[in-house]
Amino acid sequence: MSDILAQTTTVPALDLKPRSNNYWIGVLRRISRDRLTVICATVLLALILIALLAPWLIPADPYKTSMIRRLLPVGSPGHFLGTDELGRDMIARLAYGGRMSLLIGVMPVLIAFVIGSAVGIFAGFAGGRINMAIMRLLDVFYAFPSVLLAVAISGALGQGTTNSVLALTLIFIPQLTRIAESATTQVRTLEYVDAARMSGASSLTIIRVHILGNVLGPIFVYATGLVSVSMILASGLSFLGLGVKPPEPEWGLMLNTLRSAIYLNPLVAALPGAMIFITSMCFNLMADGIRSAMEVNE
Amino acid sequence: MGFYVLRRVIYALPIALSVTVVCFLLVHIAPGDPLNAVAPADAPVEVINALKVAYGFDQPLPVQYFRWLGRALAGDLGTSVATGRPVLAEVMTAVVNTILLAVFAAVLGFSLGAVLGGMAGYRHKGIVDRIATALSVIGVSVPHYWLGMVLTIIFSSKLNWLPAMGAGPGGSKEWLWDAEHLRYLVLPVTTLAVIPLGIVTRTIRALVADILSKDFVQALRAKGMSDRAVFLHVVKNVAPTALAVMGLQLGYLLGGSILVETVFAWPGSGFLLNTAIFQRDLPLLQGTILILCMIFVLLNLLVDIIQPAIDPRMRRS
Repeated sequence: MSDILAQTTTVPALDLKPRSNNYWIGVLRRISRDRLTVICATVLLALILIALLAPWLIPADPYKTSMIRRLLPVGSPGHFLGTDELGRDMIARLAYGGRMSLLIGVMPVLIAFVIGSAVGIFAGFAGGRINMAIMRLLDVFYAFPSVLLAVAISGALGQGTTNSVLALTLIFIPQLTRIAESATTQVRTLEYVDAARMSGASSLTIIRVHILGNVLGPIFVYATGLVSVSMILASGLSFLGLGVKPPEPEWGLMLNTLRSAIYLNPLVAALPGAMIFITSMCFNLMADGIRSAMEVNE
Repeated sequence: MGFYVLRRVIYALPIALSVTVVCFLLVHIAPGDPLNAVAPADAPVEVINALKVAYGFDQPLPVQYFRWLGRALAGDLGTSVATGRPVLAEVMTAVVNTILLAVFAAVLGFSLGAVLGGMAGYRHKGIVDRIATALSVIGVSVPHYWLGMVLTIIFSSKLNWLPAMGAGPGGSKEWLWDAEHLRYLVLPVTTLAVIPLGIVTRTIRALVADILSKDFVQALRAKGMSDRAVFLHVVKNVAPTALAVMGLQLGYLLGGSILVETVFAWPGSGFLLNTAIFQRDLPLLQGTILILCMIFVLLNLLVDIIQPAIDPRMRRS
């Protein structure tokens, strides 16, 4: 799915008109009129709430195993979505699993967003040789298929949630840095930045006042698109046995341990993957919605 | 043209070299002493020291790197800790299987994506466009390892049409061109093809729609050119970018097939990588990644060279 990362990393020419508060109100208004985006946002919000409030919403214990209740089918009394290969309640596992899956999916993008923006803005603002050096160094990462790089890094570091988050963060940083750098370079050459510099504004002030406002938008849009990829990859690493450790509930790991059950109880075995699919699709569609709401010229 | 090719090759060299550095360092970020794999934990200090010298671990890192690079260039990637076989031989057998899978998946995904994306671009907002858009969203959102499981449940477990695992009857690892072996390809290839399908459809749809909206197309139509001739113009304009995207996608398939190979127990490089990771077979891990990345670098170079050959505009710059 790096494969998915192949979406081009070129930044379209920015709409560089000064943006008033009205702009963001406009973005919110356009998003609220976009039915598909609203539905996706609602589904995601519901998933997040269920994951957070699981101890209060779900009576069953996600860790409680039962030898006699193994692999019950969907619709069993007391276990509406059945039980897994160790007899644990699937509803509880799926609800609690959302905590870890969402966390390890969103975290890498969040960290990479902060680091990538900082490095990219610095490179773009510094310009010249410093910029060249940073960007050439990042080119090396593009010589790796990103799934392979993620697997290699987390494989070398060993199994663990932190390691898999670290591996994914590393593969997202170069892409976000590239977006930030190219946006900053575009803004830096504008006349009002020159004017600000001539009137004695310090570099920090220029970055804070003139650059951040124009640059964070495109980086944010790109980053929202990455969340869906990150969800699939993070759970994928757990599926390979590289991420979350058992008995912790996590959708990718659950999919892995239930693989042996696909002949006995296919519906239950497929459930965790369906959760990853729904989440990732909602993130994807929401990112599309945000992008089109932000790119409209007023 | 010759000069252009040369420049591209020269530009690819430092990239290839940096890839080797990363692959080399990969083993050194791994926790634990690399000697743990060969020496028992209670080995006396003298033995450990002797082994350190024998493996060259007593040397500073740069020295170790250049020695390793020299051996790698000569085709010696070390020996697998788990099997005792040379890493290069292990990787080569597996990579051939992965390439087989990736190429079939690419052909299926690219052609389907091109047809679907092209039709969607022509009929903007039409029914085909809606189907193509939906398919491309599903294509990029679906966890393909899960899709592989679902296909196995349907076509292997329920319908019993296709084999679920392996590359041939009786766990055979050698590929043969017969109907029996081809049956084993169907599920993994279909699963893998979904990955590029979404992106290729999306790209071609956008490209075609963009070109059809250009003034020159209007002009061609206005002077009475047939639809078929206009179509040829569109193809000519779409091809270079589409080719670049497809080249990248093929490369990603080589690296990204690891999850699909694991689901179908396909004896390819992803499966090998998985084994290497869980047996802590670091030379095998390093060798597999090195070979796959070199293929990826080569593929990117090839796209860079082919692109201007079919797009005269790029030759001038």
